[in-house]
Amino acid sequence: MDLRYSAEEEELRRSLRAWLAGVLRGLPQKPRPDDWDARRRYDMGWQRLLYEAGYGGVDWPKDAGGRGSSPVEQLVFLEELQRARAPGVGVGFVGLLHAGPTIIAEGSAAQRARYLQPILAGEEVWCQGFSEPDAGSDLAALKTRAVRDGDDYVVSGQKIWTSHAQVADLCELLVRTGTEGSRHRGITWLVMPMDAPGVEVRPLRTIAGSSEFSELFLDEVRIPVANRVGAENDGWRVAMVTFAFERGTAFVAELLESMELMRLLAASAKESGIWDDPCLRQRLGSLAAELDALWALTRRNVSEASRSGVPGIGGSVFKLAFSELRQSMADLWMDIEGRSALVWGEPADMWVNSLSRTIAAGTSQVQRNILAERVLGLPKEPSTRTLEG
Amino acid sequence: MDFELSEDEGALARALRSICANRFPLESLRSRELQPDTVDRESWRELAEAGVFSLRTSEDGGGLGLGAAAVSVVFEELGRALVPGPLVASELAASIIGMTGGTEGNAGSPLPAGGPLPAGGPLPAGGLLAGQVRAGVALVGQIHLGDSWERAGGSFPGSGRGRDGILVEHLASLDALVVVSERCLQVVDPRVVDAEPVDRSLDPLTPLWRVARLPEGEEVGGPEHSRRWRSEEVLLGAALCVGVAAATLDMAVAYAMQRRQFGRPVGSFQAVKHICADMLVRVEESRCALHAAALAIDQPGVGDPVRSVAGAALLATRAALACSKACIQVHGGMGFTWEIPAHLYLARSRVLASAMPGAGELEEVVASRL
Repeated sequence: MDLRYSAEEEELRRSLRAWLAGVLRGLPQKPRPDDWDARRRYDMGWQRLLYEAGYGGVDWPKDAGGRGSSPVEQLVFLEELQRARAPGVGVGFVGLLHAGPTIIAEGSAAQRARYLQPILAGEEVWCQGFSEPDAGSDLAALKTRAVRDGDDYVVSGQKIWTSHAQVADLCELLVRTGTEGSRHRGITWLVMPMDAPGVEVRPLRTIAGSSEFSELFLDEVRIPVANRVGAENDGWRVAMVTFAFERGTAFVAELLESMELMRLLAASAKESGIWDDPCLRQRLGSLAAELDALWALTRRNVSEASRSGVPGIGGSVFKLAFSELRQSMADLWMDIEGRSALVWGEPADMWVNSLSRTIAAGTSQVQRNILAERVLGLPKEPSTRTLEG
Repeated sequence: MDFELSEDEGALARALRSICANRFPLESLRSRELQPDTVDRESWRELAEAGVFSLRTSEDGGGLGLGAAAVSVVFEELGRALVPGPLVASELAASIIGMTGGTEGNAGSPLPAGGPLPAGGPLPAGGLLAGQVRAGVALVGQIHLGDSWERAGGSFPGSGRGRDGILVEHLASLDALVVVSERCLQVVDPRVVDAEPVDRSLDPLTPLWRVARLPEGEEVGGPEHSRRWRSEEVLLGAALCVGVAAATLDMAVAYAMQRRQFGRPVGSFQAVKHICADMLVRVEESRCALHAAALAIDQPGVGDPVRSVAGAALLATRAALACSKACIQVHGGMGFTWEIPAHLYLARSRVLASAMPGAGELEEVVASRL
């Protein structure tokens, strides 16, 4: 075991630091959270800067236009971005972390040529049309129907929890092409242009008052068959290929930000005098110890991915632990602020949003099933086995 | 950066696991339950041959010259196999005596250093390394590990007691008793210690003696050695805890697969599998924290050793206590029987936790280093 970075890794760190120090000074003002057009411009502008400096797709393979860095180098990259308070991936999330890697893994040469470069260059925004009102944790129950008509699929149905739909150009869409009960075996992965006739976006308001999620209503949307990634009815596997990657390093920035938050809370508690409360110190210490452990776990995951090329089990362990930790951190911050926390801002925003952690991207209950079944090898629950036939 | 076990570390772990399986199978451990001497000298010597007591001693001093990472890997295996005996104290006695500043782990360590101790004193290094001498420990009073720990309002306490009325483990098996206090390390001849065996110890494999009064012994180290002892003791204790937690996870999963109710394995029910998933999270988190803490000692600059040792100890202790209880829950009524060994892990987790600073103190240490 070795936690020291190699000379090449440190060199990457140095050059990144130098570049960040220069480029961050020229960034425009951060947009308001509900001004989606401005957010798109800001996030895509940042991605463009990364792209022009050769950091557009650090973890993407070279032949896909990326930098081809090792997972450890990617970790250095994420660490330095966070340390410099650089913008996050923002509305580029689905394209860079999910749709792009899926097309790299499963797309045709023509699809790779069409879709990858605009993601890296910050020209096209992607959203995800997977969940449906009746297909959440049980994603394989999705019903949005695609019927072949000549060179097109005609798609009708409803999607939900689609992030950034109001500013997206393209949607990675899972549709039912098999029979009604075909579940995993009857799903197809399509690229849907968001400006196609029949696509209607209705933003949802979250309990935090924000509007990053939308519902998509699809009414006989014509999608060319050429937009299909992978074979018909093989979309489940296509989608799952990259789910594991999504859980690999997706939370690094937030983890480092959380560790920074613990330092800030300690500093402000010392200033205000509440540091004298041993209960508060112990809660902070406990959370910080767990964050340190998750940082160690992250480095273990990344090391495993560097060796084997595939992220290991650590991603699911991390997701489960970190979601609950974020909630405990937000609780602590709220307690520290007392009645001041009733005024909307931080920590109220973090606190309310932390409730989504144990629901989004696989509820904590589903995560526990995944760990128990795929890592520990425990048998599936009988009722789901019956359902999956 | 490569935080996976190296080939050597993996080989070390496999070697220890196989020695433990051969030399300390549960059946033979269980034949010594509630006896005054729970580990025989031959098995102890075999552990010594495998390097358990010479890992951190420099090569010049007759040891293997390895770092804290190697020790944490080895001690996780010892914890997993429930190996009884004064493991931590014997390893520390050997490494602190054998410490001649030659190893990577000891030389540049940011933990309290402590210089070489006189060879040929009351603790014969050679005998410790060879497993002929078994050293136990009695912790007296408070050990402060650093300024910031004191500033945090807490210290890393030992038993929090004076020299009277303390409990010593494995006294009848000891050749030397190291008395660790804030001021110094002393070695006491266990045969002259005025002690009463405890009628029944919580852990059937960890016999206890109530020591009325510890005699003054021969001083073999100063305050720096005491601090070093205490910090490494906490790290090794954490490694044993991770092993106990990992063993109970394996046991619980195996039982959940095999035990059938309502016509199916109980492990197919989410109510049961979620217990196991939570155990897995505790094991993985605490093992990563342990290894990061060990590397913070071995590789200056990669982390704050005090904060990471305290954090690892906190998580590992919690993992051992919580997983050993969860293991009994997964076993249902059978878990409550003497026959099923789940209770041995439960008891051991308490023995290990009792040798650690309290959770509150560990949390204070982490908070003070933010």
